[in-house]
Amino acid sequence: MEQQPEQLTFDFDNVQAHINSESREDIKLTLGEFSGPLDLLLFLIKQEQANIFDIPIARITDEYLKYIRLMKTLDISMAADFLVMAATLIEIKSKMLLPREITGEAEEEIEDPRQELIDRLLEHQKFKNAAEMLYERVTVEQAVFVRGQIESDENNTETNASVFDLLAVFQKIMSRHKEEVQMEIEREEMSLAEMLKRIKTRVLAVGEINLIEIFGEMRSRQELVLAFIAILELVRTESVKLLQKNTFGDIILKKV
Amino acid sequence: MEIEEKQQRGIGETISIIEALIFVADEPLTVKTLAEVLDEDKETVQAAVEELARDYDGRESGLQIREIAGGWQLATRTEFHEEVRRFLKTRPSAKLSLAALETLAVIAYKQPATVPEILEIRGVQSASAIKTLLDKRLIVAKGRKETVGRPMQYGTSKDFLIQFGLKDLSELPSIEDFEDLAGGV
Repeated sequence: MEQQPEQLTFDFDNVQAHINSESREDIKLTLGEFSGPLDLLLFLIKQEQANIFDIPIARITDEYLKYIRLMKTLDISMAADFLVMAATLIEIKSKMLLPREITGEAEEEIEDPRQELIDRLLEHQKFKNAAEMLYERVTVEQAVFVRGQIESDENNTETNASVFDLLAVFQKIMSRHKEEVQMEIEREEMSLAEMLKRIKTRVLAVGEINLIEIFGEMRSRQELVLAFIAILELVRTESVKLLQKNTFGDIILKKV
Repeated sequence: MEIEEKQQRGIGETISIIEALIFVADEPLTVKTLAEVLDEDKETVQAAVEELARDYDGRESGLQIREIAGGWQLATRTEFHEEVRRFLKTRPSAKLSLAALETLAVIAYKQPATVPEILEIRGVQSASAIKTLLDKRLIVAKGRKETVGRPMQYGTSKDFLIQFGLKDLSELPSIEDFEDLAGGV
């Protein structure tokens, strides 16, 4: 075997597994991930320069388990699928060790325990190549630009939202609202007297405030209700009055 | 040109109008839509749009009229991507991960494909890759398969054709074409 460190990069994407193997015993994982156990197997077969149709199952299983152990020591979270494959490999390995029934004529018909795995590897390899083709296509496509949108009734942002877009926004608002409610639990409850005092002091200090501003400051439904009652109370006791400059205009709270 | 002239419109004018329509369209324009707008028959439009595409090619324009996702589209030529990017100040958008590309390849070739079928080929759970592809609108759910567990089936979308520069799914090379490569491990 070669003595100098060999560098093996495996795949077309930048998300590559990159392994420096200085010797058989010492495989160093530098970075990256395999997209799955079949990927790892293909890589190991290539590394061992083995024939995919005649996988040296004992050797590959050892290498595979070594890699799995390495992933564990490096604390790479491992998908259960990697372990399933490890079990499959061990099963095949043990089947290979069993003495084959030599029945003479039927010898060739005995199925190779590796056959299913070989088929899966070949199938996987095909789709890996297809993925590579897609990668090349999308890379070329990213060099092509189309004209930006022209404003029309259809793509007008005011009308272009689908029901699902609306739902997404609604959900966002709901979750934000939930957070607010959670905050409210931690806070002390405010009494009507406190709210009255708070609003009155504000109005007296600044002369007039827009109602929207006051309601906007309220953090919860309860506070909103309190503020509403407080304002009504203030108007009733005539320490403030409500003004509306035009129909449907903002309502202003004004010091008397 | 053996294009029949309809109405009082000449072929040159038809081509010009098609060019204008393709220019304003946000999505690839189908020959059918063009024919409806122009009130011409599809054959005339097809010939005209092909002539228009050849015209762009012939004069080495910075633009191209190309067939994509079942329609025709006006786009810049790949050769000028560096200059266009410099102007737009954009970089190539985030590429799909290896896992997402593999999953997409399986769905593109096996569609409609279910989660168990994808697992079988990829040898790994693909839930997050599927979610990524759904979020990017490259795949769409195609109902449930009437089998054990009624798994959801997925297929590729029109956006997939557009983003991967395909006229239609038949333009994808046959999956068997990748077999030769597979044997040579």
